[in-house]
Amino acid sequence: MRETCLDQVYQLAKTDPRIVFIGSDLGAGTLRKFKEEMADRFYMEGISEAHVVGMAAGMALEGMIVYVNTISTFITRRCFEQIAVDVCLHKLNVRLIGNGGGLVYAPLGPTHLAIEDISILRALPNMTITAVADAGEMRRLMPQTVDHPGPIYIRLAKGYDPIVTNDEVPFRIGKGIPMRDGRDALLVTTGITLKSAQEAAKMLALEGVETAILHMPTIKPLDTEALLHHAARVRAIVVIEENTIIGGLGSAVAEVVAEAGLSPAKKFRRIGIPDVFPDRYGSQANLMDHYKINTDQVVSTVWALLDRK
Amino acid sequence: MSAIPKKAVPLDERSRHLRRQIVRVLERGGRGHIGTSLSLVEMLRVLFDGVLRYDPKNPDWPKRDRFILSKGHGCITLYVLLQEKGFFPEEELWKFCKFDGILGGHPDPKVPGIEVSTGSLGHGLPVGVGMALMAKRRNAGHRVFVVLGDGECNEGSVWEAAMSAAKHKLDNLVAMVDYNKQQSYSSTYEVLDLEPFSAKWEAFGFATREVDGHDVAALERVLAAVPFQTGRPSAIICHTVKGKGIPFAENDMRWHHKSSIKDSEVEDMLCAIEAAE
Repeated sequence: MRETCLDQVYQLAKTDPRIVFIGSDLGAGTLRKFKEEMADRFYMEGISEAHVVGMAAGMALEGMIVYVNTISTFITRRCFEQIAVDVCLHKLNVRLIGNGGGLVYAPLGPTHLAIEDISILRALPNMTITAVADAGEMRRLMPQTVDHPGPIYIRLAKGYDPIVTNDEVPFRIGKGIPMRDGRDALLVTTGITLKSAQEAAKMLALEGVETAILHMPTIKPLDTEALLHHAARVRAIVVIEENTIIGGLGSAVAEVVAEAGLSPAKKFRRIGIPDVFPDRYGSQANLMDHYKINTDQVVSTVWALLDRK
Repeated sequence: MSAIPKKAVPLDERSRHLRRQIVRVLERGGRGHIGTSLSLVEMLRVLFDGVLRYDPKNPDWPKRDRFILSKGHGCITLYVLLQEKGFFPEEELWKFCKFDGILGGHPDPKVPGIEVSTGSLGHGLPVGVGMALMAKRRNAGHRVFVVLGDGECNEGSVWEAAMSAAKHKLDNLVAMVDYNKQQSYSSTYEVLDLEPFSAKWEAFGFATREVDGHDVAALERVLAAVPFQTGRPSAIICHTVKGKGIPFAENDMRWHHKSSIKDSEVEDMLCAIEAAE
């Protein structure tokens, strides 16, 4: 997914002279062809996120579309104020590409885990937040980021994630993607949690539970119309995300559903990272299982919400 | 410890006029950052009177020099000059910090003539680097001037941006520091000493000069000489006095920011300006 994303930046830059790339201190050889072919639009600015985001804002004020890339935690936590003041307040065309959203950097420990990037950026006016499910969806997203007005956060997953989306389904920033129909429960996903939802829905179907899936590659602005359309038809809603349960997609869905006052009221659960700093290492999959962000948990949660024995 | 001014240069009538305007804005708004607005007067006056290229009738003129008041709390001085140059009508000055005005306690780009929002410190130089870099890449002739506070230089982002400016050889970028040696709590020496300040800018890659920031002729000379060196960004350390022109406010922390300004205080300030040397 990361490779696809950065390759897309390169491909898009070849045809659009407004596109600039800024990295902090990325791996050797990152976007080598970009640097060789368009040296005047490729910058590796060092481990200076506050400056990098400000500099990106300065370039965007001069009419450029600036793609900035580093590790998710550093591009969100470290320079949050620059994102708010320099980028969001001025509604500039800066695209923040965060490597390793969620629990990807499990072996590196809590300094490298982006557990709340979605939550904190959601609170910023003018910000668009995306977390696609796989490289195919990334390929459909990136061309739309060029002319999208205002800042975008592009959350990347681990890489080599299985392809779970369909090339045939139209992709639009700000639009939810219905992946499956069902009248018993609705699963709402973002990023790689779509896969768990798909597996869970298949297992539930074997037991006679029909589960809809609404995939939200754009978390902000949230496609409330699609959400309420699907929510109205089911008894229970489960949101699955690789982000703290505070302030992320689960919170966003809860806000919309609660304020809509759907009748009868919906049963509702969030599956995500609990309100803790992870204190284990291992792999991303290990931590996902540790925090029960997985297929089994989706199945059992739906099962419990529907009062099945 | 640097201290350029040997002998204070007397304030001329234009400098007194601008200070009177600043006090009137403070009076109408009932509040404002006084000390820093007064230490900036000559720096901004020289920039807007003869250095910066701009068109008040076309604030977005692509060939304009970009000006960023990174120490946004000194905005009253900027507002007075922008109004005088014709960027917006005078009546806006008298609505400073009011609900129905456009001029707030920190600069905002909805005000004609203002490029970016500042106020949170340490933002202006990185943004200025991005602007200067694009001007270089496009072979555009305009320059980027960023005015920073001394206290602002506590922020690490200033020095991140300084390294970047040097790396990119941005000789179209000028950083001017209002070195009044006072920050909100106390002196810069006590809070977080910047010395050797000029040497720091040099070490970070800026061709650096020091000047008496209230000496109009000296400021004109130094600004006429930028870039000081081809291929290097320029830094100008402007030695100033916080509260300059109002002796009872000079270097007095109580005049860093004032709210609920009394009529008698306004009278005292205006009288002091008339007597100022």
